[in-house]
Amino acid sequence: MDGGAHFSVEEVEGSGAQLRLCGPYLVSTIGAIDQDLDAIAGPFTTIDLSQVTEIDTVGAWIASRLARNHGAEITGASARAERLIRAVQKSVSQEEVLPIHEPIWQRVPLFMGDKVEKAWHGIVGVVGFLGQVLIGFGTLLRHPRRIRWTALVRQFELVGVAALPIIGLMSFLIGIVIAQQGAVQLEQFGAETLTVNLVGRITLRELGVLMTAIMVAGRSGSAFAAQIGTMKLTEEVDAMRTIGISPIEALVIPRIIACTFMMILLSFFSSVAAIVGGAVVGDLLLGIPFWNFLDRIQDVVPLHDLYVGLVKAPVFGLIVGLAGCYHGMQVRGNSEEVGLRTTMAVVSAIFAVIVLDAFFAVFFTEIGWG
Amino acid sequence: MSEEANIHPDKHQRFRGDHPIVVEGLRTQFGEHVVHEDLSLTVNRGEILGVVGGSGTGKSVLMRAIIGLQHVAAGDVEVFGKSIANAEPDQQLGVRNRWGVLFQGGALFSTLTVGENVEVPLRQFYPDIGEELLHEISRYKVMLSGLPEDAVAKFPSELSGGMKKRAGLARALALDPELLFLDEPTAGLDPIGAAAFDRLTKELKETLGLTVFLITHDLDTLYEICDRVAVLADKRVIAVGTIPELLETDHPWIDEYFNGPRGRAAQASQQRAKALDNPTKGKA
Repeated sequence: MDGGAHFSVEEVEGSGAQLRLCGPYLVSTIGAIDQDLDAIAGPFTTIDLSQVTEIDTVGAWIASRLARNHGAEITGASARAERLIRAVQKSVSQEEVLPIHEPIWQRVPLFMGDKVEKAWHGIVGVVGFLGQVLIGFGTLLRHPRRIRWTALVRQFELVGVAALPIIGLMSFLIGIVIAQQGAVQLEQFGAETLTVNLVGRITLRELGVLMTAIMVAGRSGSAFAAQIGTMKLTEEVDAMRTIGISPIEALVIPRIIACTFMMILLSFFSSVAAIVGGAVVGDLLLGIPFWNFLDRIQDVVPLHDLYVGLVKAPVFGLIVGLAGCYHGMQVRGNSEEVGLRTTMAVVSAIFAVIVLDAFFAVFFTEIGWG
Repeated sequence: MSEEANIHPDKHQRFRGDHPIVVEGLRTQFGEHVVHEDLSLTVNRGEILGVVGGSGTGKSVLMRAIIGLQHVAAGDVEVFGKSIANAEPDQQLGVRNRWGVLFQGGALFSTLTVGENVEVPLRQFYPDIGEELLHEISRYKVMLSGLPEDAVAKFPSELSGGMKKRAGLARALALDPELLFLDEPTAGLDPIGAAAFDRLTKELKETLGLTVFLITHDLDTLYEICDRVAVLADKRVIAVGTIPELLETDHPWIDEYFNGPRGRAAQASQQRAKALDNPTKGKA
């Protein structure tokens, strides 16, 4: 005896072959022997369990499966083995439940159709959600006392104030990169003083607001989706509804307002930080004194560049907030969904922001704010 | 089962001692707040031990201390003769595959189907079991727990509260444990579901030869299936015994618990049930 489960097949006079199982037949020992047991060709008429030292439900299952497959009879079972075999046999049904498996020519169109339908539902859902938010705004305007100031201020802090260091640092570094790389290229035409124009215009018009939107989507949009999604899972959102609090008013609107307004301030702050970064490079590399750089900004950057940035910022903020809250409210089922929706919130927000930015670029050039 | 020979290596052996769980002088605390002080408790092999106590007396904490999830400040916890106290939660102790735990909410992995949930512990401990056998095992375990066969392919979010408990039980039974921990298994179930779960617990205990550590608030459960009841109060186990034995101690909490309106109702219903059952059913 080697301590593991083993078996032997032997001829017994008069009654055909006998399969004798020996040793412990437990969940811990069965893995080593399962394949061999399956490979027994048979035929045998009895399964002898008298040499089985230990048995649990897995062993009982194996014995009863062998008995069933080979039409054999179980003998020599201890009281415990008999009890276990009865218990597992009771829970066996005749039919196998097999997962339904469609052939590939059905699966591909099914998958495509599913995607298209989901995309359509997504669009309808977002529009519907925007409508709900607007109705919520309307109610709040008519009943200003229902505005949740504490929640609103808290969101202002989380979305705006708390983001200042990271957005400041990021923009400062971007300003440095643009100024330095721009200067290298412009030097070839002897026009390195135009670095000021480059930094000033690109950050105020485009990069300040775009990078801030991306950062806010990553920081706050994802947080919105995760927070609201978790609250949906724990039924907090349902609890709110039953108490008569509209989740749109209590959860969604403060976040969207915070996102919209804070984006204006943050993107302006981001542009300023980038210009300061550019000015530092100007001072150190190009020989343009720091304060001269800032003075020149006022001369070379038309005021409408600032307006372009300030018009885009709240729109992007709205999109980021809307995407985060919408996906948060769509969470249902399990915790995996929260992660999935959070990712979708960030990706869809950034994508929408960039697409819209392209439209804005064309639009502003057309109206003469080039 | 004592008729079996005693010749095999330790790892395949069922526990043969009398007391699978021995708690000695246990103290647990959260910061300054002491939950248990000098708590001792011994669980006999093959019994269903009910653990009762008011809210906040640390029933679940006691269970967590026994299964090694809770830091033990003083004292010792032995399971199957091995000390659990302050082992790292992820440390291999050689006992984790010998117990099954049903947490209060079921604690099913929500991204896996019920069948896959049952397969998780099997895959973890016995990677050499073939895929086909794995599916077979998970299927009969699910059915053993009283779920319909099609529940195997369902996700926990598609199950009702009672079915989640049963699925959690199926996972707890996955490794054919000798020791089963149930944390309020009947809480949140309707009376019919709760009674069915009680019957299931008792049946499984008898068929599989389990020792059950059962935390409950349900007086019917105590009367129906528990062999002994341990009462937690004043940071320790103030009494252990059968319900009549407990009633003889005149601790005010025990008295109020069993002789309160609900306690009396449960007692009466159990006596009625006994009177009905007696002609047909002998002692199990």
